Amino acid sequence: MNQERPNPRAGRVERFAAWTLRNRWLVLLSSLVFVALTLVGTRNIRFDNSYRIFFSEENPQLQAFDALQAIYTKDDNILFVLTAPEDDIYEKSFLESVQWLTEEAWKLPFTTRVDSLTNFQNSVSQEDDIFVADLVEGDVPSDSSELSPIRDTALNEPLLYNRLINGQGRTTGVMLTLTLPEKDINEVPMATAAARELEARFNQKYPEVDTHLAGMVVMNNAFSESTINDMGTIVLPMFAAIFLVMAFLLRSVWSTLATGGVIMLTLLTSFGIMGWIGINMSPPLGSMPIMIMTLAVADSIHILVTFLNEMRNGRDKRAALVESVRINFSPVFLTTATTAIGFLSLNFSDAPPFRDLGNVVAIGVVAAWIFSILFLPAFISLLPVRVSTEKKAGWSFFDSWVDVLLRRRGTVLAGSVVVVAFMGVMVPRMELNDQWTKYFDTSLDIRVDMDYAEENLTGMTNIEFSLPAAESGGINEPAYLELLDRFSKFYKSNPDVLQVNSIVDTMKRLNKNMHGDDPAYYRIPDTRELAAQYLLMYEFSLPYGLDLNNQINVDKSSTRVTVTARDVKTKELRELIAEGEQWLVDNAPDYMHVKAASPTVMFAYISERNISSMVTGTGLALFSITVILIFALGSFKYGMLSMIPNMVPAILGIGAWSLLYGEMGMSLAVITGMTLGIVVDDSVHFLSKYIRARREKGMDGEQAIRYAFHTVGKALVVTTVILTVGFSILGLSSFRLNNWMGQLTAIVIVFALLADFILLPAVLLFVDGKKKRKSELVSETEVTATA
Amino acid sequence: MKPRTSKVLAFQLAALLAGLANGLNAQSPEERGLEIAKEMDLRDTGFGDSKAELEMQLTNRHGETSSRQMGMRTLEVVGEGDKTLIIFDQPRDVKGTAFLSYTHKVGPDDQWLYLPALKRVKRIASNNKSGPFVGSEFAYEDLSSQEVEKYTYKYIKDEVVDGIDCFVVERYPVDPKSGYTRQIVWVDKERYISMKLDFYDRKGALLKTLKFSDYKQYLGKYWRADQMNMVNHQTGKATRLLWRDYVFGNGYKARDFDQRSLQNAR
Repeated sequence: MNQERPNPRAGRVERFAAWTLRNRWLVLLSSLVFVALTLVGTRNIRFDNSYRIFFSEENPQLQAFDALQAIYTKDDNILFVLTAPEDDIYEKSFLESVQWLTEEAWKLPFTTRVDSLTNFQNSVSQEDDIFVADLVEGDVPSDSSELSPIRDTALNEPLLYNRLINGQGRTTGVMLTLTLPEKDINEVPMATAAARELEARFNQKYPEVDTHLAGMVVMNNAFSESTINDMGTIVLPMFAAIFLVMAFLLRSVWSTLATGGVIMLTLLTSFGIMGWIGINMSPPLGSMPIMIMTLAVADSIHILVTFLNEMRNGRDKRAALVESVRINFSPVFLTTATTAIGFLSLNFSDAPPFRDLGNVVAIGVVAAWIFSILFLPAFISLLPVRVSTEKKAGWSFFDSWVDVLLRRRGTVLAGSVVVVAFMGVMVPRMELNDQWTKYFDTSLDIRVDMDYAEENLTGMTNIEFSLPAAESGGINEPAYLELLDRFSKFYKSNPDVLQVNSIVDTMKRLNKNMHGDDPAYYRIPDTRELAAQYLLMYEFSLPYGLDLNNQINVDKSSTRVTVTARDVKTKELRELIAEGEQWLVDNAPDYMHVKAASPTVMFAYISERNISSMVTGTGLALFSITVILIFALGSFKYGMLSMIPNMVPAILGIGAWSLLYGEMGMSLAVITGMTLGIVVDDSVHFLSKYIRARREKGMDGEQAIRYAFHTVGKALVVTTVILTVGFSILGLSSFRLNNWMGQLTAIVIVFALLADFILLPAVLLFVDGKKKRKSELVSETEVTATA
Repeated sequence: MKPRTSKVLAFQLAALLAGLANGLNAQSPEERGLEIAKEMDLRDTGFGDSKAELEMQLTNRHGETSSRQMGMRTLEVVGEGDKTLIIFDQPRDVKGTAFLSYTHKVGPDDQWLYLPALKRVKRIASNNKSGPFVGSEFAYEDLSSQEVEKYTYKYIKDEVVDGIDCFVVERYPVDPKSGYTRQIVWVDKERYISMKLDFYDRKGALLKTLKFSDYKQYLGKYWRADQMNMVNHQTGKATRLLWRDYVFGNGYKARDFDQRSLQNAR
């Protein structure tokens, strides 16, 4: 089934190529009509504006967080950070500006709560009565003697300190809680635009106050902003880079133009089908155009390089095209299939946007293949392509390199094994870090503003617990409150914790108020009845929107504890979470052994979850690709051997990254599967030529390696250059996940070329040694014209 | 009862005149709205006093529920807002806690709370009318007596709700401390009672809807709903009020609604 096989198929392919050229107008027209039809789908594409998209519905941390939000309140927030002009927030004109902003903030869409220094519901004892009111009520006094109590209260109030104010006293926050209905995809952009508009009005009214806008909603909005931003700053340079590289390598303006056509059609088709399927745009998908463009180029390159070579060898345009399609049909189909499998393995990811990315790129890769074998030849046949017939000198570099390989094969192999082993050891040293606050780079305002908030006021890193009591109303039991207090103190003693928000501080304050503000009574009420009745009275006194629903459930059988931490790395955060959960196991009754929940907690575990699910996906992809190669190469031995150059680049790349940067986000999970599909192409081309030389030309290992280098060496270098350039440009993305993914993929691709040029030949020489397979017949019809 | 009768007469006369004038000079939507509100108030005037048992059922988006039980006594005050006494029965840790309020047509209400665990009566600051009533979806202002003067009105249209022919009237709270910018009320044309209420928050978004059902008539005149369902559209939470054992004509006096009465109210 080996020698006879290529002939009939080649005949079919040849007839197909000739048919394409005969009916080129039909091919061109139907391509355009097809693209136009798919393009209708793009109107369905929307932008997803939420960190939530990274979590599948089955994600346990997302479920826990949703449950918590359903029990208390559904909170998304916007934080205005105000910096006082005189570095003193307890000053009349500044407090007035806070009052104004607090008042206006209630009117923003979806706002259900506004917390600020001025509207903090302070309770004080007044002639045996309790008086609950805004901390800064009505007209702000100008007298410092009247202002200092405000400062004292604020600094001593655990619910304010390190949340809306801090010890420095130069910044304060106005925190908006939004309840987004999640019915309309435009809610987040609407809310953000309204907040920015309010900020502008504030700046106009109080120009001396410096403002920064942070918070979850604004950050969510940055997801689409960064994607749109990237489209401008990355996709266009990408086009330029591809054209430059193509023009330089192919030395043919018309061929470059034709490639541009293939890229455009592929890209438009991908977007169109994406819309038809109903996939929304999200930051990970922002990397899709670049990936598709880069991969589409690779297909065209193979066809064009052969075509131009054939023309240089004196064939006419038509014959050169048919020959090129004939030679490249199978390898390009094979590499398309393997690349698509690699990207489809992303479906095993726990993060839906990566599944979408994998599927859309897989579609794009298939589309690129179709356009490359149909549209490209038809289009080229219309163009006045000319080549200079002077023969360029072959790359003598390859010959010298093969000489080195032959002389030092043992050293090369041993050296490769050492390098791979060393990098392999480095892989587990990689720290998984998904600090969502650092997902965007400093070119985006939100990152600058969040960093400012973190540095000058408070962090956005929250860990939440919903702590159940034994029974309905049980949160008023002194034992429960006592435990809450100890839990809160446990976290407060951690240097990474900025603030702990729980009902126990309110309880203590109320007890103090009920006893004439005697500081000795700043403690938990003695009986359940007292606690319950204090709370009832406090609830009676709270105004609109400032109730306790966000801290206590309806049944008064559980309360929410919010721990605000410094923006530490994910690893430290996971420790912080685990310590709290363990504390509960060690100190609290069984029913209180709960897990933490919050977006921060979700991101803390996202990498591990994705990596464990992607291990299966990548394994399956590797298995199917190997099986395909075994059949395609017609050899079990070489199919199995292909696993070496297919797996090694990822190990080398990740190891090198670990050595260079030491940390990686959740994109690490998808990189192995994704790069697998790409790097396979190199080994497929190399191995297929090697095997052809052995089988059809009866060459020995050495000669076959030389032959493989001559036939595909240059094409591999060219595609590697293009892929590296493409993914490096993705490394410019303002979104960290894409940025890291681009850089690491570029590194892996370079390693793939090195593996195919160094390790693979060394392994082949080792395996095939000097034994010559004389039994192999030379197939006269299969003399390739390349090289 | 005499002054009231004359007031009623005067009002009816005014209405008659207004009705006559209607033919000549079209009534504005504001006048029409006010007229409907006045008629509602008028038809509910004169009940004297009442008491009832109330169960409050709270539900959150997660499906958790909680129930509170309380007794409520009301004394009608002529020319002013009513006086209300609420005594908590469940949950048991607040049993005996009593809440007394004097509604005022203009200005903040007076409120006191008796805490049995502390054996003391505490006055409550009154900027709270927009706040939730014991953690429910009802704000205090939703439950306190509905005086005509608390809103300005605008008649919108007629509409049929659940087979009942209704006036649709918009009303705007006078008090700046109210949590609402406007409310839309569906008023049964025949009985002049509220069937449904939409509440719009400070940013003008629909916040809650209250539906009244199972109306019963007492003393051959006064309608009371046995069920009031409030749904918060923004948070997904809901509160159902179940009223039972309405008794009218209890002969309450003003001294049954003073601060001292709080302590032995059970």
